[in-house]
Amino acid sequence: MGGIHLHYIVPGDDFTRAGEASADLKSRLKKLGVPPTAIRKVSIALYEGEINLAIHAGGGDIDVEITDDTVRMCLSDQGPGIADLSLAMSEGYSTAPDEVRSLGFGAGMGLPNMKKYSDEFDIQSTVGVGTTVNMAVSIA
Amino acid sequence: MTISQILETLNARLLTPEADCSREVHTACGSDMMSDVLAYVKDQAVLLTGLNNPQVVRTADMMDMVCIVFVRGKKPDDLLLSLAQQRGIAVMSTDLTMFTACGLLYEQGLRGGVG
Repeated sequence: MGGIHLHYIVPGDDFTRAGEASADLKSRLKKLGVPPTAIRKVSIALYEGEINLAIHAGGGDIDVEITDDTVRMCLSDQGPGIADLSLAMSEGYSTAPDEVRSLGFGAGMGLPNMKKYSDEFDIQSTVGVGTTVNMAVSIA
Repeated sequence: MTISQILETLNARLLTPEADCSREVHTACGSDMMSDVLAYVKDQAVLLTGLNNPQVVRTADMMDMVCIVFVRGKKPDDLLLSLAQQRGIAVMSTDLTMFTACGLLYEQGLRGGVG
């Protein structure tokens, strides 16, 4: 297996730390000389994912693989799962409580933004079991 | 316009003294919802917000924004300011409301980015 592999753990109890993985990945990609537009796509997609893990799932895991032409990100959690995926993917739909909105999130843009900024996007979810999101962004 | 000109236009206080205020800002975005900010890619933008938590800096960082303006006299804490300092993002605070601050910058020729 070629490429660089990274693993991040997103805590579920400290919202202020959500974003640390995206910030770390962003600086690594910068050092690797990845084009800025591609870095921005990766950063935003992963950041929204981290926020989701922190506010909806009680935390989770992120695995990243960087190859010459692609950044692949897998976000997995053992949270409550999503009952209606197509509804969750529509812009403006949110189940976030008021306290999350007061923090600046929960506008129903998280999953749509993740899809928008990734070149490949796949989400699998089972209620009561958890959710797995796979995203890939081309950096060639 | 430059960050210095934004400071002057909004009669704002610079909270990150080491920031390079000669940097150019090309577009502006005013919002308290960070996911809305993340939905629009902008070039060298300034973020105007009334939201006061570290995710404001993280959002600005992900978007490669160069400046954050806190409206209505909001004062961010040291954690937020040190995070901004590390990322090279200028932070300022103005007593103006969001509407007035955005209006003044618009009047000076600043525009929103492409959605």
